[in-house]
Amino acid sequence: MSSPAAVSETVPDRTERSAIIRDSLAVGVATGAYGFGFGAVSVAAGLSIAQTCALSLLMFTGASQFALVGVVAAGGAPLSGAVTALMLGSRNTLYGLRMAPLLRWRGWRRAAAAHVLIDESTAMSVSRTTTGAARLAFLTTGVSVFVLWNLATLVGAATGEAVGDPRAFGLDAAVGAAFLALLWPRLQDRRNVLVAVLAAALALALVPATAPGVPVLAAGGVALLVGALGRRQDPTEIPGPGDVAGGHR
Amino acid sequence: MWTTIVLAGVGCYVLKLAGLSLPDRLLGHPLVERVADLIPVALLAALVATQVFAGDGALVLDARALGLGFALVALLLRMPFLVVVVGAAVVAALARLV
Repeated sequence: MSSPAAVSETVPDRTERSAIIRDSLAVGVATGAYGFGFGAVSVAAGLSIAQTCALSLLMFTGASQFALVGVVAAGGAPLSGAVTALMLGSRNTLYGLRMAPLLRWRGWRRAAAAHVLIDESTAMSVSRTTTGAARLAFLTTGVSVFVLWNLATLVGAATGEAVGDPRAFGLDAAVGAAFLALLWPRLQDRRNVLVAVLAAALALALVPATAPGVPVLAAGGVALLVGALGRRQDPTEIPGPGDVAGGHR
Repeated sequence: MWTTIVLAGVGCYVLKLAGLSLPDRLLGHPLVERVADLIPVALLAALVATQVFAGDGALVLDARALGLGFALVALLLRMPFLVVVVGAAVVAALARLV
């Protein structure tokens, strides 16, 4: 393949391989450590340690997990939490559409790879020029995040349970900070800033009038409205290597 | 709660697998893409607002707002994820001691 943009089966050389593995593991460690926060916040929301660990194993997509326990912690019905989690999880579908022609997996390999299709694995592999390099980056990042995220969830949940009152340690404030950190990379785009401000304002306006969980779901309507009115593509839609935790180290 | 966890977990997996399996043109419509890109922005912003400023069906201004203020500054200074989150908790906890 002469064109650098072409997707080829070329296997990356040893230097490229070790660079990919090093970067991917660094992202895995940084993101995995954040699982500690999820574990602690989840038991503070009233979930058991087993339920918290099941979420990290089964759902395995950070923003959705935080959303589910966040809505439940605010007193919302588990169903509103689940719907919010699924709406946030829908961005992984878009990542998949981008990654499929690059990764080119079929059958059980594709089914297994899908479980680790998340922000970080996409960010670390989407800009690779060969299938070999993309697969290596995708799997190293995805698997290291998966292992460390789940271990950290367990430690965080056990710690949170031992701590007792989450408010005394400011864990309730940590949830808002976590959502802001997840939102941050997307705020480079001005239209996204507008959507974020409108969504936050609408949600707050609905807080006194509706059941917990409803304001967040209603704010999703802002995305529908602005998306239907707008034309321009969002340049921040797919995260780059600089957007993931530890990416700006 | 268990039913919610299992159903939402399986649902999130199906969303991932669909992305890797479905033909691009099925979901490649510009409107679908635009809305899908904006949904995380809207939901995350609403979650920030309600987690920090809502309590018992009313708007509340308390130590959580100070925690969020710290998170904002930390993000502007390009601090790592964990510093942002743990720092916000520490700031809120300290504010409650005062």
